[in-house]
Amino acid sequence: MPDEQLALDNINFDIYDGEIVGIIGHTGSGKSTLLQHLNGLLRPHSGTICIGDTDITAPGVLMKDIRRRVGLVFQYPEYQLFEETVAKDVAFGPKNLGLSDEEVEDRVKEAIGLVGLDYEKIKDRSPFELSGGQKRRVAIAGVLAMKPQVLVLDEPTAGLDPGAHKEILAMIQEVHKAQNNIIIFVSHNMGDIADLSDKVMVMNDGKLMMVGTPEEVFGQKERLAEIGLSVPPVTELMHALKDAGVPVKENILNLKDAEAEIYQYLQRKILHD
Amino acid sequence: MKNIIRIENLIFEYSHLEEEPAIRAVDNVSLNIETGSFTAIIGKNGSGKSTLAKNLNGLLLPSGGTVYVKQWDTRDDAHIWDVRQTAGMVFQNPDNQLVSSIVEDDVAFGPENLGIEPKEIRERVDKALADVNMGKYKKKAPHLLSGGQKQRIAIAGVVAMKPECIIFDEPTAMLDPKGREEIMSIIDELHREGITVVLITHFMEEAVRADRIIIMDDAKVLLDGTPEEVFAQEETLREANLEIPMAASLAHKLRKRGIKVPEDVITVERLVEFVCQYK
Repeated sequence: MPDEQLALDNINFDIYDGEIVGIIGHTGSGKSTLLQHLNGLLRPHSGTICIGDTDITAPGVLMKDIRRRVGLVFQYPEYQLFEETVAKDVAFGPKNLGLSDEEVEDRVKEAIGLVGLDYEKIKDRSPFELSGGQKRRVAIAGVLAMKPQVLVLDEPTAGLDPGAHKEILAMIQEVHKAQNNIIIFVSHNMGDIADLSDKVMVMNDGKLMMVGTPEEVFGQKERLAEIGLSVPPVTELMHALKDAGVPVKENILNLKDAEAEIYQYLQRKILHD
Repeated sequence: MKNIIRIENLIFEYSHLEEEPAIRAVDNVSLNIETGSFTAIIGKNGSGKSTLAKNLNGLLLPSGGTVYVKQWDTRDDAHIWDVRQTAGMVFQNPDNQLVSSIVEDDVAFGPENLGIEPKEIRERVDKALADVNMGKYKKKAPHLLSGGQKQRIAIAGVVAMKPECIIFDEPTAMLDPKGREEIMSIIDELHREGITVVLITHFMEEAVRADRIIIMDDAKVLLDGTPEEVFAQEETLREANLEIPMAASLAHKLRKRGIKVPEDVITVERLVEFVCQYK
């Protein structure tokens, strides 16, 4: 077996209310390890983690309270579905919180609605006969039903087809709008990170290498390339144009801006040359 | 050109429960795969693309119609091993495909089952591991490798059986971008060496590397042509809820604004070339 390693090394950051935070980094860079510290699933060897006013690393803190406030959705969460019906599966978390039956039912209804599924239609179905995208929504609903203030998602779109991928991203934005909670998500898809995040954190080799807005982080193509990360495909294109000697702005993060920039350039050239 | 796989009026149906009507996952599909070609099959989940793939080497057998691999009908029990040896298959999840605790044993598993001489097995295993750039890992335990590395071992296991055709069923779906690129460049290399490649994927950027793209939708073939031909059909693709590659999408938008971008501009390289001529 490999020797003991520092999976996380002297990490410092703040996340504010209502922020969507995207985390990027190589496989093995410490992203998932970091996420598992946020709800106390892993405990740091040194350092502190505060959720609101609570230092969750202090002795005697009730982990149950922390996990109620910070909901963690693992990679491929649909592998953890186990109940006979969708409603029962989503109810599992809130039931364990010791809530009344009515309260549990209300929360299940709300959570299933929040992930964009029709409660009446789906509640009695077996989670195992749903499509991949639907299963994943049900699994996320199970976490939302705990009403976490912070929703943490580890690669929420991994392995989905493009249709389901888009739906899950739209769903994350809907949930954020409805609950104004903090959302922290990990993705390898730089386009998604640029589209959704207010703040981007870059992990490398157990260290937090960069924190900033998508513009700030993806403006540093060279530094990202050094650690084997890329910029969104559309930013890549703008760089390729610039490198080929076309005078365009290269720090562009979405298709619409890229279209406008290239169109402007071409129009000028075609009309005036 | 000769066809290595011929599909004639293929129908495939399955049912979860006996009393329920059967679901038709592949509905009367006919197509041929040319020897030495690189074909990408795209479609959303449930479109029938994986079911089609599993019919190509007899993992699933047709409910109607016929699939031939070279001269053999996949339903012919007497030749099922000829079929599988001609058309090997690599699956999505590398963890489900590795059987041994040492990399080289894992790669040797297939050829051993074919009853090949130990000396030849040794040669094949070394060659296959070299092909996927994993030679120096041959004594390692697969479970200590990364997802991309495991998938390369799975590919080596198929390569060691010397198939003429390899069917890749979403081989990169569970990998990170680095692992994905590793696998794609190995697929390109195997194709260059003469292996017929059928790649099931939902990543458009992977599909543009093929010389033919087949779009499956609702159990049928929706589009079939070169990448240029297929990605020019933006409306059809959108209706089928499929993405098109970023560069193709930009080219389409520019065309709508009156810029005459040729139809074959579907990759970043081609788009850059196009813009550069106005420099």
